[in-house]
Amino acid sequence: MTDEAVRDRGVGTTEAGVLEPFEVFRQEKDGGPMVHGGSVLAPDPLLALHYAREMFSRRGESVRLWVVRRADVHELDDPDVLAPPLDRSYRKPGGYVMRDKLAAARERAGTSKPKARGKSR
Amino acid sequence: MTDPLALDPVLPRAERSRLPFNTAASHGERFDAFEAHVVAGGKVEATDWMPDEYRTAVLRFVEMHANSELMGVLPEREWIMRAPTLRRKLALTAKVQDEVGHAQLLYRVAEDLGKPREAMFDDLLAGKTKFHNVFHYPTKTWADIGVIAWLVDAAAIVAQQALRESSYAPYARTMQKICWEESVHIMHGRDVVVTLAVGTPAQREMLQEALDRWWAPLMQMHGPRSDRSKDRDLHWRIKAKTSEELRQEFLTIYVPRVWEVGLTLPDPLLGLDPATGEWRYSEPDWDELRSVVTNHGPRSEARLEFRRVARAETAWVREAILAAPRAAA
Repeated sequence: MTDEAVRDRGVGTTEAGVLEPFEVFRQEKDGGPMVHGGSVLAPDPLLALHYAREMFSRRGESVRLWVVRRADVHELDDPDVLAPPLDRSYRKPGGYVMRDKLAAARERAGTSKPKARGKSR
Repeated sequence: MTDPLALDPVLPRAERSRLPFNTAASHGERFDAFEAHVVAGGKVEATDWMPDEYRTAVLRFVEMHANSELMGVLPEREWIMRAPTLRRKLALTAKVQDEVGHAQLLYRVAEDLGKPREAMFDDLLAGKTKFHNVFHYPTKTWADIGVIAWLVDAAAIVAQQALRESSYAPYARTMQKICWEESVHIMHGRDVVVTLAVGTPAQREMLQEALDRWWAPLMQMHGPRSDRSKDRDLHWRIKAKTSEELRQEFLTIYVPRVWEVGLTLPDPLLGLDPATGEWRYSEPDWDELRSVVTNHGPRSEARLEFRRVARAETAWVREAILAAPRAAA
């Protein structure tokens, strides 16, 4: 990416003499998720991207990099909110156990278990 | 039959204790909850509350590691211009760049714990903080480059792999990336060593001489045996293994590979004890280790002076970076 292209993506300004942390996200292959890689300290997003390129793609191991000012990251990590101690099993496939009921249904209907064809639910 | 899950609607509470974050609790209660959290295998993020004792301990550990990566390139960079082929020169340059990159990543982790990078450089150059013993020695021949990249990096990676389990999560994550890159350095070093091992008699002699010189520092590198129960870094899971565990692991993997290529090691006692399954070796010279890491090694002062000059010469770059806020697009 050229410096012009980076600048076009919107480079903010900072006060002189201030370095701030930027969180770096990287995409390993096209279509993959952006994964947090680490952070760099820079005065602005342009230099943060240059540092990120040196740190996280020396071997060509990233196809895309994002830098985000740490101050712009909003965090929620309260387990009381994210994972309250309530039964959520009905939201997951493993929450439905019907082996014995199915066996009973087959017995009542006089049928047998169909041959497995692909993945069944 | 009833679904067993339906009988017990309350799933286990999230493991992470909220008590350390409860500002209404007393310091003692928060400390105890924090300690229970890390001792049980819990992780700590940079933005989490942590007791000063833990913050200081992680900082000291990571700072020493960062210093070692930064100073560790100096012995090797001396050979960039003297590398025997273009491919070797490219590989060595890339390794040096990787190690500086590791220093950058680790200083970043340390900075987040509250110590500015400039203060860490000040302390390193003033001799207030340390770097690994192996980087205080001279590199006399090209064979040293092979032995360093293979065995010094191997001894380091044994420690670094264990650190991927560190309770301090930003450090553990950084270690994942560093280990991945170090594995290339080990292959590069082993290739240099094996190439010399199948070379001329003079090359084989040069290789053996280098290994003989490096063996003592390598055996000292992980430090003296320590009492597991008294090691707070272990207790808090900042690190995962004792010095002796790391040394044994290093010996188990690498001694057979050294012997495999016809090299010998300069320790008559070295051998695997069939009764215990542990390696026996002559007691390393711990006085030498203490002397070297307090900057009394053969090249300590020269390397620090090189860094001082480099820092002064590049000051204008840091000033330019700090002074130049970009015009709004």
